[in-house]
Amino acid sequence: MQSESRRQEYWSRNLRITAILLALWFIVTFVIGWYARDLSFNFFGWPFAFWVGAQGALVLYVWIIWYYASYMNRLDKEFGVDEGEEE
Amino acid sequence: MSTGAQSQKAFTSQLKKVYTFYTGGFVAFVVVLAILEQMGLPRTTIGYVFLAATVLLYAGIGVMSRTNDAAEYYVAGRRVPAVFNGMATGADWMSAASFIGMAGTLYLTGYGGLAFIMGWTGGYVLVALFLAPYLRKFGQFTIPDFLGARYGGHVPRFIGIVIAIICSFTYVVAQIYGVGLITTRLTGVQFEIGIFLGLAGILVCSFLGGMKAVTWTQVAQYIILIIAYLIPVVWLSVKQTGFPIPQIIYGQQLQKVTQLEDKLIADPKENEVRSIAAKRAEAARAALKEPEKAFEAGRGAAQKAVADAKASGNADAVKKAEDALAKYPADVNAAKAMWTRDAGLQARAAQLQRHGEAFPGATEKARDTARKNFLALVFCLMVGTAALPHILMRYYTTPSVKEARSSVTWSLFFIFLLYFTAPALAVLVKYVVYNDLVGTSFAQLPAWVQAWQKVDPSLLSLIDINGDGIVQRAELAIGGDIVVLATPEIAGLPYVISGLVAAGGLAAALSTADGLLLTIANALSHDLYYKMIDPNAPTARRVMISKILLLVVAILAALVAAQKPADILFLVSAAFSFAAAGFFPALTMGIFWKRTTGIAASLGMIAGFGITFYYMVTTQPWLREMFLSIPRSAPVSLWWDIQPISAGLFGVPLGFLVIFIVSLITPAPDKATQDLVENVRYPNLKAA
Repeated sequence: MQSESRRQEYWSRNLRITAILLALWFIVTFVIGWYARDLSFNFFGWPFAFWVGAQGALVLYVWIIWYYASYMNRLDKEFGVDEGEEE
Repeated sequence: MSTGAQSQKAFTSQLKKVYTFYTGGFVAFVVVLAILEQMGLPRTTIGYVFLAATVLLYAGIGVMSRTNDAAEYYVAGRRVPAVFNGMATGADWMSAASFIGMAGTLYLTGYGGLAFIMGWTGGYVLVALFLAPYLRKFGQFTIPDFLGARYGGHVPRFIGIVIAIICSFTYVVAQIYGVGLITTRLTGVQFEIGIFLGLAGILVCSFLGGMKAVTWTQVAQYIILIIAYLIPVVWLSVKQTGFPIPQIIYGQQLQKVTQLEDKLIADPKENEVRSIAAKRAEAARAALKEPEKAFEAGRGAAQKAVADAKASGNADAVKKAEDALAKYPADVNAAKAMWTRDAGLQARAAQLQRHGEAFPGATEKARDTARKNFLALVFCLMVGTAALPHILMRYYTTPSVKEARSSVTWSLFFIFLLYFTAPALAVLVKYVVYNDLVGTSFAQLPAWVQAWQKVDPSLLSLIDINGDGIVQRAELAIGGDIVVLATPEIAGLPYVISGLVAAGGLAAALSTADGLLLTIANALSHDLYYKMIDPNAPTARRVMISKILLLVVAILAALVAAQKPADILFLVSAAFSFAAAGFFPALTMGIFWKRTTGIAASLGMIAGFGITFYYMVTTQPWLREMFLSIPRSAPVSLWWDIQPISAGLFGVPLGFLVIFIVSLITPAPDKATQDLVENVRYPNLKAA
C-alpha cells in the first residue's frame, strides 16, 4: 500500500486531467455554441459552427474519453494502484 | 488469478467469433431475401419474415442465456469485455427516437436539431470523467445501491428508486409505442397487436436471462441497427455525389441546398403559396370561433353568388358558382372538419428556414431566445445522459475499472457511428426534395411521394394550394419520421432494404426497452424488496421476484402505450431532465466531495427533481392540463424564456446548491462512509 501523500498526488493528478478535459468539453460545446452565428465561415463546405455541432464536437468527445481512459490507465500503473491482469 | 485472465481472454475471442459469424449470417439472410424479392416474393411476406426472424433471434439468445444466478442476472457476471459492453450500451442507448426520429428532426430544424446530436454524445464525456470508473469500483448492482451505501439509510435509496422508476417508465412507454408503430408498418397488423407482439420479444429475452441475456441480445441488435442505418445513406450518397462516404461529402451538398434555399426564398410563387395558406388558415380560425354563424354566412354567400351569376347571365360564371355551392360542406360538422384542416395550413405559411443557419429568428430577441434554448437543451440532454440509470448500470458489468473506462470510449464510438451519419442523411434528403421534387408537376410525382402520401398524410402531404399544378416547397408538409423510413425508396433500393430499415428501428426500440424494463424491475426487486423489506431473502427468490415484476411493469407500460399518449417526444426529453436533476448532483458529489452528507443528498435530490417537475407541470400545456386542469390555450409564463423541455436547467444547479449548503450545516459523514469514498477513487483498494 502506498503512502498517504502518494495517494493524494494520484487523486490530484486525476482531478487535474478531469478539469482540463472538462474545460475542452465546455469550450467546444457551449462557447462555440454561444458564438455559432458569428462562426459561420465556410469550412470545407459546411458553415463552421454547423460542422462543429455535427462532426467536430463528436470527434473531440470520443477523443476526450479515449484520452482519459489511456491517461488514467497509465497513471494507475505509475502509482501502483492498477488492478493487475484481473480483479 | 492468471487462469481467470486466461479464461476472460478465451471468452472474449469466443465472443468475437460468434458475432463475426452472426454478422455474416445476417448479411447472407438479407441477400437471400433480396434474391427472393427479385423472384417475386411479395412485400408483406418480406415484412413478416423480417419481423419473425429478428424477434425469434432475440428470443433465441434469451433462451440460451437463461439464468437464475444473481450476479449473472443483474450484471451479466461482470465479465462483459469493453468492446461488447460498448456495443450493448450503444443499442441500449439508441432508441427509436435516435434511429427514426433524429434525422427527421434535423431535416425539419437544421442547426437546431444538432442539440440532440451534441447532447446525446457529449453526455458520455460526463459519464467517463465523473461516474463510470467509480461506479464500477463500487461494484454493486444498481444506482440506488450506490446512493444507499454512500449516504446511508433507506431514505436516499428510496428517493433513488422513485426517480429511477419515473425516468425509466416514461422512457419505456415511448419505446413500446415505437415498437407498435414499426410492427404495424412492417406487417400491417393493428397497432395494439403490434405492441404486444413486440412485447413478447422483449420479455422472452429479459425475463429469462436478465442482464446477461439483454447484453448479448443488445450486441446482436446493435449490429442489425447500424447496418440498417448505413446502407441506404451510403447508397443515396453514391447516387447523388458518386462518393460512398456521405459523412465526408455532404458539406458539398449542404452548399447546394443553401443555394436552392436562396432561390426558393426569392421565388414569387413560393410567397404566393405562403400568403394564400396564411389567409385560408386565418379565415378558418375565425370561422371556428363561431362555427354555426360562419356556416350559415358561408352558405348564404355561396347561394347569393349563384343568384348573382344567374342575374348577370354569364353561363361560365353560373357554372363556377354552382360548383362552389355544391362543394360547400353539407352541415356544420363537415364545415368544422374543413376549417380544422384549413387552420392546419398555417404551418405552410412559415418562411423557409435555412438548414445551416444557427438560431434563425426575425428579431435580435428571437435569435437570442433560440440560442439560449438550444444551449439549455444541450445541457439537459448531456447531464441527463450521464444520469440515466439504465446506462450507468451497464458500467457495473465490465470485468474491471480499466475496462469500464475503455468501455465508455467504445460506447461513444458505436453511438458516434450513427450520430455522425444522421446529419448527412438529413441534408441528402433535403437536397432530393428541394432539387428533384420542388418544381415537378403534380401529374408526374415521383413514385415514393405517391406511395407515402397514401400511407399516412401526417408523414407526407402535398396540396396544390395556388392551383398552378407545380409543386412549391411551401405546398409540402413532411413528418420527421419519413426521412429515415423513405430513404431506401428515395435512393431507389429494393423493398428488402425498407424491411431492413424497419427491422433496424425495431432493434433500436426493443434494445432500449429491454434495458429500461430491467432497470425498473431491479429497482423494485433488488433495492426495494431485498435491501429494504427482506434482507434475508434467498437469491433465487430475489431473481424470481424481479422476473415477475418485469412482467407486470412491461404489461403496464404496454397498456399505457396502447392509449397513444400525446406528446411522446416531450415525454422522452422529460425523462432526461428528471434524471439530470434527480441523480447527477447526488452521484457526482458523493464521489468527489467526502463531506457530502446523506441528509444533504436526499434534500438535494428532492429539490432538484421537485423544481424540474414543478416547472414542467406549470409551463407545458399538456402536462398542465393533466395535473392542474388549466386549459391548454391559457398563456404560460416561462422563466427567462426557457422551454419546459429544458426544465433540468433549473433543477441541476439547485440540486448542487442544496447539497452543498446542507452538507456544510449537517455533521460530517462517519468514517465508514469516508472510507467508501476513498475506496471508489483507487482502482486497487479492496473494500473495507
